[in-house]
Amino acid sequence: MAEKRTIILGVIGADVHAVGNKILEYTFSKAGFNVVNIGVLSSQKDFIEAAIETDAVAILVSSLYGHGELDCQGFRDRCIEAGLDNILLYVGGNLVIGKQNWEEVKERFLNMGFDRVYPPGTLPDEPIRDLKNDLGLPD
Amino acid sequence: MIALLFDIGSTFTKVTAVDCDEAKLLGRSAAPTTINTDVNEGLKQAVTQLEDQIGVIADRADFKLACSSAAGGLKMVAVGLVPGLTAQAAQWAALGAGAKVLQTFVFKLTKQEIDKISELDADIILLAGGTDGGNSDTILHNARMLARSLLDVPIIIAGNKAAQDEVSKILQAAGKDLRITDNVMPQLEELNIEPARETIRALFLERIIHAKGLDTMQRFVDRVVMPTPSAVMDAAQLLAQGDGKDKGWGELLVIDVGGATTDVHSMATGDPTSSGVVLKGLVEPWKKRTVEGDLGIRYSAASLFAAVGEAFLLQIGKELNPNFPIADGNLEDFILSLGRVPSEIYTTEKEIFFETIIGRAAVTAAMNRHAGRLEQIFTPHGEVFLQRGKDLSQVKKIIGTGGILVHHQSPQDILAGAIRPSGEKTLLTPLAGEFFLDKEYIMAAAGLLAKEMPKTAFNLLNRYLVAV
Repeated sequence: MAEKRTIILGVIGADVHAVGNKILEYTFSKAGFNVVNIGVLSSQKDFIEAAIETDAVAILVSSLYGHGELDCQGFRDRCIEAGLDNILLYVGGNLVIGKQNWEEVKERFLNMGFDRVYPPGTLPDEPIRDLKNDLGLPD
Repeated sequence: MIALLFDIGSTFTKVTAVDCDEAKLLGRSAAPTTINTDVNEGLKQAVTQLEDQIGVIADRADFKLACSSAAGGLKMVAVGLVPGLTAQAAQWAALGAGAKVLQTFVFKLTKQEIDKISELDADIILLAGGTDGGNSDTILHNARMLARSLLDVPIIIAGNKAAQDEVSKILQAAGKDLRITDNVMPQLEELNIEPARETIRALFLERIIHAKGLDTMQRFVDRVVMPTPSAVMDAAQLLAQGDGKDKGWGELLVIDVGGATTDVHSMATGDPTSSGVVLKGLVEPWKKRTVEGDLGIRYSAASLFAAVGEAFLLQIGKELNPNFPIADGNLEDFILSLGRVPSEIYTTEKEIFFETIIGRAAVTAAMNRHAGRLEQIFTPHGEVFLQRGKDLSQVKKIIGTGGILVHHQSPQDILAGAIRPSGEKTLLTPLAGEFFLDKEYIMAAAGLLAKEMPKTAFNLLNRYLVAV
C-alpha cells in the first residue's frame, strides 16, 4: 500500500468554528489521508510551519466567519518564501461578508494563489475527489 | 547506610554526607574545584574538611556518587527544522538532560553555521528535524553538512524516523560517532523528548566524563552519574510527585539564580487555568528547564542590566524600600563591579539591597521567559485567548537554590520576582507563592539518590528545604 499523504487542516484567523473542522478531519482521514489538524484560531504561520515539518502535500484552509479574504492575503507568497513552492492550497467556507457573487469571490481567491476554492454548503466528497485528482491518486 | 554525594561545580566541589536510613544530613563541605590540574585534589580537600567536622567518613561510605558541571558542564548544540517545532523540541531535550545549549540551529545548515558549530566546541550535537514521515530533505542535508565537516563530536540522531537509516548511513560513512534515538517530535506538536534525554545521559556517562577527565577520580567517587542540572531536575520531580508512598508537594518551581545564568525548572502541566483559552503550539514538557545565559548576577550582571534596563531595576528598588536612596549611576556601577569579584559575599546594607534588586530582576526576567503567555483575540463570538507555553498561575511552591540565594539575607525578596505583578494580563507566571530555600544544598544530593533510594531522597528534601 502506498504511504498516506499528509495534509494540513485548520481554521484560519480569529475564527472559532470547530464543528466543520472536526467533520473534515474525520472524512479526509477516512478517505486515506494523514490529517494533521491544527484546529481553530490558526495563523498562516501555523499552517506553513506544520506543513514544513510534516512534509504535507496540501494545506486546507477553512474560514467561516467572513474575514477569510483578509486572513488569506499573501498565503501563497509565504508558502513560496518558506520553500513550499508546489504545495496545494485549498480554501472553503463563508469566505466573505454579505451576499457577493460567488464566481467573483472564487476568482479573487484563485488570483491569491489558491488551487481550489469552495463555497458554503460544499460536502466533503468534492474536495476529497479534487485532492485525489490533483495528486494523481486513484479514487 | 552512608552515602557521600559530590557536586563538582565549576568553582566549588561540594560533598554531602548522608545517613540514608535516617534520611539525615551528617555534614557537608566545599573546596575549590581543581579540574584544570587534577580533579582529585579538590575532592580530597573537600573530603578532608568534611572528616575534620564529622570524623572518618570516606571509608565508611557505602556508595559515593557525583554529579558534575565542571569543565563547562555538558555543552550541546541542537539542530532542528522549524524554530518553534522540532528545533524547540531538540532544545528542550538537551536542556532536560541537564545540558547547556550553546546554540540552536534551524532549517538547512550553511557552511558558515558548520564553522560556527566547530567554534562552539560542543560535547554533543543533537540532530532533529521533521515529524515521522514528514520532512526529510533538511535532516539529510544537515547530516551531509556534518559528515563533510571536520567535527569530531558525537552526534545523536533524533529526527524523522523515515530518514533515520539514510542519515545514519551518511554520518557513519564519514566516521562520525553517532547514536540513534526516537524522534523528539514524532507528530506535529507532540513532544517525545524522554528517549533523546536518556541517550544524552548515556553518552555523557560513556564519553563525556572521560573526555573531561572526570573518570580519574575513582579513589573518592564510585561513579559520576549525571550533569548537576539533571540531578536538580530529578530532585524537583521527586519532590513534586512523591516517592510512590508519600504524596509529593504537587506542582512546583525551582529557581537557581547563579553568577552566570538563572535557571528555572517547572514541574507542572501548564494547562489553561481559565475558561475561553485555546492552547496553541507545541505542548511543553511537564518537566521543563530553561537557562538564561544573560541573566546571571555575577559574571553576566552587565548583560542582565542591558536586558532588563535601569528603569526596571529602580522600580524594583522602590517597591522593596521606597526610602532607600539610590543616587544616579550608583546601581549601574555596582552591577558592573559584580563580574569582577564573582565569589564576593556582600555585607553592607547598600550592597545587600542592590543585590536583592538585581537578583529579583533576574528572577522576574527568567520567569517571564519560562512561563507561557496569553494573546487576546477578538472574534465575532467575543473575546478569546490564545495560550502559548505553560500557564503557571496556580503553581505556588517556589524553591530557591544555589549559592547566591543561600548566602543572601532575604532570599524571599529575590524569589518574589517570580510572582506576577497585579494588573499583568498576558504573562502566565504564578499569582502567589510560598517560598522555600535549599539551604543545605540538598537538591543535587537528593537528585543523585532519587533513582536508587527515592524514599531517602524524598525525605531529605522534605526535611531540609526550609520555608523562607
